[in-house]
Amino acid sequence: MVQKLDEYLKESPSQTAGPYVHIGCTPKFTGIDIYGEDLGASMKTGPVKGQEIMIKGTVFDGTGTPLRDAMIEIWQPDGEGLFNSANETRGQADPNFTGWGRSPGDMNTGEFTFDTVKPGTVPFPDGRMQAPHVTFWVVARGINIGLHTRMYFEDEADANAADPILTRIEHQNRVPTLLAKKEADGVYRFDIRLQGEGETIFFDI
Amino acid sequence: MTIIKNTGGFVPRDRNWQPAALTPQYKTSVKRSPQAALLSFPTTLSEETNPVFGHNMLGDLDNDLIHNYAASGESAIGPRIIVHGRVLDEMGRPVPGALLEFWQANAGGRYRHKKESYLAPLDPNFGGCGRTITGEDGSYEFRTIQPGPYPWPNGMNDWRPAHIHFSVFGHGFAQRLITQMYFEGDPHIWLCPIVDTIDDKAAVESLIAPLDMHRTVPMDSRAYKFDIVLRGRRQTFFENRVEGM
Ligand SMILES: [Fe+3]
Repeated sequence: MVQKLDEYLKESPSQTAGPYVHIGCTPKFTGIDIYGEDLGASMKTGPVKGQEIMIKGTVFDGTGTPLRDAMIEIWQPDGEGLFNSANETRGQADPNFTGWGRSPGDMNTGEFTFDTVKPGTVPFPDGRMQAPHVTFWVVARGINIGLHTRMYFEDEADANAADPILTRIEHQNRVPTLLAKKEADGVYRFDIRLQGEGETIFFDI
Repeated sequence: MTIIKNTGGFVPRDRNWQPAALTPQYKTSVKRSPQAALLSFPTTLSEETNPVFGHNMLGDLDNDLIHNYAASGESAIGPRIIVHGRVLDEMGRPVPGALLEFWQANAGGRYRHKKESYLAPLDPNFGGCGRTITGEDGSYEFRTIQPGPYPWPNGMNDWRPAHIHFSVFGHGFAQRLITQMYFEGDPHIWLCPIVDTIDDKAAVESLIAPLDMHRTVPMDSRAYKFDIVLRGRRQTFFENRVEGM
């Protein structure tokens, strides 16, 4: 026997967000008006710096059916690469940009939309710069533990080719599952496939 | 000189303790579970930062589900309870400023949602959601009514144990967590295919809140204690090296 590492605790196990996650996280969307505007419904609180963009997408299951009961959250730095977070030590982020968005998706189609800014760059722990990216988190009925992924930009080819994470992915033919497609000026599409052909790369972070 | 800071990356998730993505007993997971291996890499600032939620965004009744949807002078029907506990990290440190959002069925097991088909009645005075932010010691509490168990379409005769859903924001996006709290003594816990997505019995037990007579308010509310643990962040040693050595 050895001494026990008993001061450490185990993370609480995840359980599915279930079919009614929107009651708890976007109640106004479900018609329960207690708090006023749903948290994360708007990422801008005033005029923002940087390029304003729209991110659109749909989450598909393994049969190609869109999820209409998912909740999608994104987290990103401002246009200069600074996070609006207590843990940000590199400088003061744009005070009019929260960096955090939450979407219940469209009631009928499941399509999510985020009105945001193109993120600046953020260093990897070893100091190399990462390509501009947006962190995604997806929960829904049938998803036992929230899925983390990242959206990169297809029109940032040089930065993507030098990105410390994109370059270490073994199956390089799957990298396009992380690239948002430019649909129009300032409009990017990022569809998420939970399973099957074109399955999005999900992260264990 | 060596400096130690709490600014290392987050400790990896124990994926054997957490539920797997594919759990056929919970049928919806079959087509919603990624099949490729997850991509592992050390957390970066994108995962080590988090939006900040201030106490000033909270309304007076946000943590009182008995009253936050009720008509003036009325209250939700059902057994009145207080749910309280602490949010800690895996190192045992309190997590202050954590946003907790919770949602639940009413005392009859019915959700206020258009897709809900259970024939139990809606309670006109119960909305079913609340939220709060932990204090400096990581503690939180809210008041609600005990939710009822409810049937759901999965197997021919599956019932959810009484439960409250929790969404938690800690100090890093890597800690983001949604889970469910169960109630001590509920026989449905061990029959539920969703609970059964967790393999380890001790892990299931960590989601079961005990009755807490110490916090019960006589002639008013019983209490249940539910602690939540988020991923821990490691300490890093920064060695100040002379440039060029
Ligand atoms: Fe539920």
